[in-house]
Amino acid sequence: MAQGLPGVTERTDPPAAAAARPVVRVRGLTRRFGERAVLDGADLDIDRGEFVALLGRSGSGKSTLLRALAGLDRDTGGELSVDGTVAVAFQEPRLVPWKRVRANVTLGLRGPDPRAAADRALAEVGLTERGDAWPLTLSGGEAQRASLARALVREPDLLLLDEPFSALDALTRITMHRLVSDLWERHRPGILLVTHDVDEALLLADRVLVLDGGAIAHESRVGLDRPRRRDHPDLTALRAALLAQLGVTPEEGTA
Amino acid sequence: MLLVLWQAAAGTGLLPERLLPAPTTIASTGLDLIRDGTLPDAISVSVRRAAVGFLLGAAAGVGLAVLAGLSRLGEHAVDPLMQMLRALPLFGLIPLFILWFGIGETPKVALVALGVAFPLYLNTFSGIRGVDGRLAEVADVLRLGRWGLVRHIVLPGALPQALVGLRQSLGIAWLALIVAEQINASSGLGFMINNAREFLRTDVVVLGLVVYAALGLLTDALVRLLERRALTWRKGFPV
Ligand SMILES: Nc1ncnc2c1ncn2[C@@H]1O[C@H](COP(=O)(O)OP(=O)(O)OP(=O)(O)O)[C@@H](O)[C@H]1O
Ligand SMILES: [Mg+2]
Repeated sequence: MAQGLPGVTERTDPPAAAAARPVVRVRGLTRRFGERAVLDGADLDIDRGEFVALLGRSGSGKSTLLRALAGLDRDTGGELSVDGTVAVAFQEPRLVPWKRVRANVTLGLRGPDPRAAADRALAEVGLTERGDAWPLTLSGGEAQRASLARALVREPDLLLLDEPFSALDALTRITMHRLVSDLWERHRPGILLVTHDVDEALLLADRVLVLDGGAIAHESRVGLDRPRRRDHPDLTALRAALLAQLGVTPEEGTA
Repeated sequence: MLLVLWQAAAGTGLLPERLLPAPTTIASTGLDLIRDGTLPDAISVSVRRAAVGFLLGAAAGVGLAVLAGLSRLGEHAVDPLMQMLRALPLFGLIPLFILWFGIGETPKVALVALGVAFPLYLNTFSGIRGVDGRLAEVADVLRLGRWGLVRHIVLPGALPQALVGLRQSLGIAWLALIVAEQINASSGLGFMINNAREFLRTDVVVLGLVVYAALGLLTDALVRLLERRALTWRKGFPV
């Protein structure tokens, strides 16, 4: 693998070689809370620019895995390497309430013109008008988009999304799916999207994983072109398989 | 309304001049004392004591709170001591302060400083500890570094609680000053009041109290203004 090549810097890599080196490589990751091993030998690769969705029952350790990848949890065992820059959007937007929206986006941002970069990112998520607003005055969807802008403006190699849409209403969620899909097409970060929503995973991701028993228990590739239709026949079969993995019958899942 | 009643009571002799003079009497006494320079001098001396004591106490209170709030080591070094000292009665320390510092400016300033330091310390410390840990994680993933975390997250997050401490400490500052100035003083508002008592000038005594109250209200209004400006980000706070 390209990882082992000596003297190869990112700049001189031919694109093919760069693409061959995954942005995330996890082997045998474990994490215990007391006696309980929440992660127990999990393996995970994410290629550059790959969109991966992670499903799993509540309490299966999805957030734990994501936090480890974000570098927020150092008490893990096993091998974990992230090659490149990381940005995170959490389930709650976690905007800093005493900084205006634009200042939230530029927070910690280095570079020649952070303000212009922030305005570009805000425009991309449709928040041009709200740059001077206080976070507490934003609606839930606006706050979530601001949080996305704050992550995107860093042009990460890996974007970690922990159920970022679960608190939003169904309509806003559809808009956000389209937004994330567009942003991913444009910037091509590797994405790990943690979600409860099987349809969300199938609409957006190249690959859908199920975390169970502390490791990746199931993997489905979704080879369909985007934008995808919810009612595409190929998705129906995938959906049933994934729901079965999650311990739900398709009838329950679509009800 | 109250003033009108008061004035009427004094005017009809219901309220003897010796116990409580009429508002008009106090106002004219005030004008006289302003004209001959007694009142402005007394106010400036007292305000200086309050200000110096406040600044010293605030620096100590906030400084120690930051030290204790930001590191476990600092907490172990500072907090038990502060909790112990807090149990001491502030005004019970006056005799000790006189023994230590004599009867000049130092004991008065020290008493104000001590009174100010504790509410600021306690509130700022709990403000720092109350900062949302999830925002600290944000600082972590945004690679703000230790200083960035303190500057952008911890200190602004502790500010609302610290401002509560500021208001409490200003109240205590004036109280401590009044008490200290009663005990021994050769200048300032307390001296003016004590002096007037010996000459049975109730009007001057009341005037002194009114001035104390006005100064207290003034500093409280300043803090409110500060709150309004610093906490505009809060929902429902008018800009
Ligand atoms: N700091 C912690 N201390 C103790 N236990 C923890 C801690 N963090 C997580 N856990 C436990 O680890 C398990 C996995 O938690 P995690 O948050 O990763 O689940 P999840 O898959 O994200 O669930 P959900 O879908 O409900 O968000 C849970 O049982 C949780 O109680
Ligand atoms: Mg979770």
